[in-house]
Amino acid sequence: MPSSRQERIRNFCIIAHIDHGKSTLADRLLEETGVIKQREMEEQVLDSMDLEKERGITIKAKAAKLIYERDGQEYVLNLIDTPGHVDFSYEVSRSLAACEGAILVVDASQGIQAQTLANVYLALEHDLEIIPVINKIDLPGAQPDVVKKEIEEIIGLDADNAPLISAKEGIGIDKVLDCIIDCIPPPKGDESAPLKALIFDSFYDSYRGVICHIRVVEGTLKVGDMIRMMATGKEFEVTDVGVFMPELHPVDELKAGDVGFVAASIKNVRDARVGDTITHVDRPTKEALPGYRQAVPMVFCGIYPADGSEYDELRDALEKLQINDASLIFEPETSAALGFGYRCGFLGLLHMEIVQERLEREYDLDIVTTAPSVVYRVKKTDGQMVEISNPVDMPPEVEIEYIEEPIVEAQIITPSDYVGPVMELCQERRGNYRHMEYLDEVRVVITYDLPLNEIVYDFFDALKSRTRGFASLDYEMKGYQVSELVKLDILLNGEVVDALSTIVHKDKAYARGRAIAEKLKEVIPRQQFEIPIQAAIGNKIIARETVKALRKDVLAKCYGGDISRKRKLLEKQKEGKKRMRQIGSVEVPQEAFMAVLKIN
Amino acid sequence: MEEKEIGIYIHIPFCKKKCIYCDFPSYSGAELYMEPYLYALLDEITILGTKFSKYDIKSIYIGGGTPTYFKTSYIGRILETCFSCFNVKENAEITIESNPGTLGKKTFLELKRLGINRLSLGVQAWQNELLKFLGRIHTSQQVVSSVRWAREAGFQNINVDIMFGIPNQTVEEWMVTLENVCSLEVDHISAYSLKIEEDTALYSMVQNGVIHPMDECTERHMYHEGISFLRQRGYIQYEISNFAREGKKSVHNLIYWKDDEYIGFGCGAHSYINRVRWYNYKDIEQYIYTMNKNGHGMEYREYIDSNIERFEMIMMGLRLIEGVNKAEFERRFGKPLDFYYRDAISQLKRNGLLDENDSSIYLTPRGLDIQNTVLLAFLDYMG
Repeated sequence: MPSSRQERIRNFCIIAHIDHGKSTLADRLLEETGVIKQREMEEQVLDSMDLEKERGITIKAKAAKLIYERDGQEYVLNLIDTPGHVDFSYEVSRSLAACEGAILVVDASQGIQAQTLANVYLALEHDLEIIPVINKIDLPGAQPDVVKKEIEEIIGLDADNAPLISAKEGIGIDKVLDCIIDCIPPPKGDESAPLKALIFDSFYDSYRGVICHIRVVEGTLKVGDMIRMMATGKEFEVTDVGVFMPELHPVDELKAGDVGFVAASIKNVRDARVGDTITHVDRPTKEALPGYRQAVPMVFCGIYPADGSEYDELRDALEKLQINDASLIFEPETSAALGFGYRCGFLGLLHMEIVQERLEREYDLDIVTTAPSVVYRVKKTDGQMVEISNPVDMPPEVEIEYIEEPIVEAQIITPSDYVGPVMELCQERRGNYRHMEYLDEVRVVITYDLPLNEIVYDFFDALKSRTRGFASLDYEMKGYQVSELVKLDILLNGEVVDALSTIVHKDKAYARGRAIAEKLKEVIPRQQFEIPIQAAIGNKIIARETVKALRKDVLAKCYGGDISRKRKLLEKQKEGKKRMRQIGSVEVPQEAFMAVLKIN
Repeated sequence: MEEKEIGIYIHIPFCKKKCIYCDFPSYSGAELYMEPYLYALLDEITILGTKFSKYDIKSIYIGGGTPTYFKTSYIGRILETCFSCFNVKENAEITIESNPGTLGKKTFLELKRLGINRLSLGVQAWQNELLKFLGRIHTSQQVVSSVRWAREAGFQNINVDIMFGIPNQTVEEWMVTLENVCSLEVDHISAYSLKIEEDTALYSMVQNGVIHPMDECTERHMYHEGISFLRQRGYIQYEISNFAREGKKSVHNLIYWKDDEYIGFGCGAHSYINRVRWYNYKDIEQYIYTMNKNGHGMEYREYIDSNIERFEMIMMGLRLIEGVNKAEFERRFGKPLDFYYRDAISQLKRNGLLDENDSSIYLTPRGLDIQNTVLLAFLDYMG
């Protein structure tokens, strides 16, 4: 039974598809409960990283404590923001585990999307009470009744009393607050039992060390307590406990049912992993909370400084990012073409892009990235099984018994008009059809097993372009499968360029080899000599293009003694050359390495 | 003080009509400014003349624009001022650029009387349709008469400018141009590859897709054919775009190519003397204004240290077929070419772009086509 203190607490999160208004609703809730005043509010307070604001997505979960008064009663509503992308589904699941309920925001004109569904299923798995909310009712295309019906038919939730709101216009926010109090159950948990607190997020603060976002499930946590992280076994002395207002606000203690933070001079987020359970050293709980797992990188790529002398800066930047991102891994690697750099592992493609962009924007680094690779399992003829995350490490063909590649189960929700193009795309990408289900008369969910290797390139872009942006995608790791894969090498002027090697399916190698060669021909500028570009599997050349030699590169005239201008033109040309990679005698622009990613 | 021989450049920015490819400071419809411009120019010559009067002048070059669109009496006053402010050598080369469409028979006699001894005619092409397309105001018939009148007036040194690589120009048309120009028995030919410069009418035409630039293959073919044609007719190529009969190389342009010194007067004019390069405002009004206000029309100046100078000498010198003279280089910089550029030279030689003999380094025919690529290799060693 909840205590009378717990009776007045509600822990909830908001789940929604990108752009359906999750962050805007969160802002309105903060405003309505007076946590922040409208005038001092910057748009979308919870999404504080620039990147998040630009992309309209939440990368790292955040939390806020809202105080709401109703009928003379003061309620504490803990809002836990969740990341909205498939790469972070583990983080989402931990955030959900910290709540008793979830607000499901659905766009009144767009209806349910793949990610919404994926997150709803996650929420249902955690036995959360789900409150459907229909947003953007002020928009001309809003069809709240259709969306209600959809929610009932697809998810099986009663949407009859779903609040119709416009987060943007501030319409219906009070109804949402009422629903939170009336429908979401208060937390339970014995305040005097041994401590059990779930870490659902963490970030690094340069003054206090790692700040763990926690939900206390049982027991009580105070400053000065000695705590232990049950998965890593690391022990710390608590220096701060507090709540999110949404800035950090110290309190004396956190008790079962509370959401807040704890700091304990923890140096690295690795020591306070998301999903881990915190307990007391001197009175530990017997069992950790379920669901902890270590983040496993699924996608790898090489990251190199464009300017070789920035190698140390790149390492520093990666280390700093890692302090805050336990799922980012990296280790030094050397490429004959690109010099010294790092092999980096990511949860997925978005995670990879985010890291790349942060390196460029926040750390002002100029980087060259190689084509992403997944982790292959290679059974060698000597019986050994090796994992390969860099095409360069692929053993020679004769030593390979077979290769296994990772397979994901992908769910695509699309308007029924685009079923054909979507299935065609999945088929092209070596998909294995599972099933198809009509959500309503006009929308379909199509399930395919797809090699992850086919998704990491430009699957999402292709899906969007073939469905005019209407389809949504969600996927989860399914397992490994034996596949006919080959290593595709690219040779410039007869030399293999390691950074351009990729692993592809045998049937696609020819087309891909040709496409890469053609693309490289476009991006490599003409030079003194003719440059042959070849694609090869083993010793076999499967495609060839030629960058013709430069025929003319001379100023006909030096006008009236304007010599400075000519010199400056050359100096500019030299600067441009500096940004190129010298591979053997060939100068290769950085786009060449990216170009390989953009080939369909 | 060392004895120095320098050149003088005088810019006349007026044209009856601006050609579509021209990105030079030249203006049509600016006739009102002619007189004030003359006075600003005379001031500038007088002021700088006091400063640099100790140098000998081996060449005066009046360029444009269309200098012959300026009143001949104005040209006379300019030259008189030069003669009185500077020590112009007896045998100095004195050139004027002109447009065949602006010249009557009488003008040649007048120009000759002013002391001008070299004439540079903008001919560009022989086909009247191409001339019209380029925005030229003359015909090839006028070219023929101009050359005849110039000879009659006593000009013994005549240059014509011609162009290849004009959009839609055929190889045959180019050969016809060469043929006709040679039959005029001129002394010097500048054969330029047309460059489509930004901020020109031609550039916008290309941007809008109205005109397509010539493909490089045809363009280079024209260049190479032109070189061998002119050689057969007794014109020796001595620079990337310049050909001369025996003893008729352009004294003035050699100043630029040998990285020697010159003073430029007028809007947009460039100067290089005593390690300083500078240039004047391009705009006529602004030039006149700053000239009147400050006694100079300078918009920009930079100091040339010996690193830059070394590179500039190579950059300009490699335009010459004879290349950069080793002894001359060592005299200027105290150390031989090899000391600074051994690696660049051997790499370029290996790649067949550069060659050397006892006295100089010079570009191979292939190197001439891609001179910029060669220069980048030298720039890498600029320090």
